[in-house]
Amino acid sequence: MFDGEPCSILDNDYVKPGKGQAFNRVKLRNLRNGRVVEKTFKSGDSLEGADVMELDMEYLYNDGEFWHFMATDGSFEQHAASQEALGDTVKWLKEQEIYTITLFNGAVLTVAPPNFVELEVVETDPGLKGDTAQGGNKPATLTTGAVVKVPLFINIGDKLRIDTRSGDYVSRA
Amino acid sequence: MNWQPSADIQALRARARLNQQIRQFFAQRNVLEVETPVLAAAPVSDPNIEPMCTTEQRWLHTSPEYAMKRLLCAGSGDIFQIARVFRRGEAGRRHNPEFSMLEWYRVGFDHRRLMDEVAELVTRLLSARYPQLPRLNLSYDEAMKGYAGLDVHSASDEQIAVLGQQLAGQDLQLSRDGWLDVIMSHQVEPSLPADTLVFIDGFPASQAALAKVAANAEGIPVAQRFELYFNGAELANGYHELTDVDEQRRRFTREADGRPVDEYLLAALEYGLPECAGVAMGLDRLLMIIQNTGNIADVLSFDWLRA
Repeated sequence: MFDGEPCSILDNDYVKPGKGQAFNRVKLRNLRNGRVVEKTFKSGDSLEGADVMELDMEYLYNDGEFWHFMATDGSFEQHAASQEALGDTVKWLKEQEIYTITLFNGAVLTVAPPNFVELEVVETDPGLKGDTAQGGNKPATLTTGAVVKVPLFINIGDKLRIDTRSGDYVSRA
Repeated sequence: MNWQPSADIQALRARARLNQQIRQFFAQRNVLEVETPVLAAAPVSDPNIEPMCTTEQRWLHTSPEYAMKRLLCAGSGDIFQIARVFRRGEAGRRHNPEFSMLEWYRVGFDHRRLMDEVAELVTRLLSARYPQLPRLNLSYDEAMKGYAGLDVHSASDEQIAVLGQQLAGQDLQLSRDGWLDVIMSHQVEPSLPADTLVFIDGFPASQAALAKVAANAEGIPVAQRFELYFNGAELANGYHELTDVDEQRRRFTREADGRPVDEYLLAALEYGLPECAGVAMGLDRLLMIIQNTGNIADVLSFDWLRA
């Protein structure tokens, strides 16, 4: 916990000038917003541990305000994520897909999508047959509302495999 | 189990060669190699160094300084030692809690003359990788002014704290010297010219440790102490040694913070320490330069995690 925010430590280096006070230069990533800050601490200082845990959960439904997930460990434990916690993952949300949920003090802090999801195209310009070699692309809108660049031969109703880290089209599913 | 060494065989050879070259250097100058106890009755007084203690209530030395000074008082003349020393909690990319230190003392030298000898030795030890090594001498004031834009003597405690807080990213509730340490380690050290032996001397009198304090050219009292930096890392720390036993006792008592004071050393100083200069050099850091690595584990047979 740093400044009331749950953080993960990316890097921690020990610095000791000559005869002086020893420090630790620490890179912290805020788990809520992903921002990385560099802070110096006196060596030996301690920070409160954050009550954070990660769970694999299946997406169930949206009730208009919250997005509901259920644990896959057989406990059927359910948690609801706010729009803020869901963030960009809303673009890759699909029922029955498994997401990594980070809980902080029992509430959903973040929702991370799997690296690849398969989603259907709901809108795009008509496909051009036999144009696979040209390497051009066009925008396609998916069921979630996400817009990705796809090859020209893709049609409405095609299922696509998307890399959620880059938002790039990978292949037809 | 990762039983294998953290250093490769080539790094082990480099260490053996380094030790040979050091012994040869001092043999040529008639400096006597000595050994002193690793386990001592009293710990180091420096509040910023945390010693380790055994179940027999003996302290592992954090440097061989006190015992070597007792040898000097007893009339040993010039001496050097390659020692394994121990400091609790000092672990990082450039620190291992157990490490190798070269420490030597030259009777009749002041710290300036010892700086020349340090430069000569380091130039020789690094010659395979750096055939030419430029040298830069800076006073503490010049370094702070040049690389942090800070006029140490005219700056108020508050100005120093503000700059320190900017660099640390938060208020660490430090003393003036504590914030100066932040500025030195976060701003000055990384900005020093590369591939150059940078000597910094004339530290604030409040950071004298076991060095004499004398007036500089502007009449301001400064510590007769130097540090050697190379590519952002500190390699050596040297003093024109304090010989005044009363002043030594005062500094010990002020620093001790509940730790026992080394009465043997005080008794020896009472008898008389000859005018001398001494320096401690981190050999693992030197090997890191020779081996071109940023990780101390690469030059240790077994680092702390697999010791």
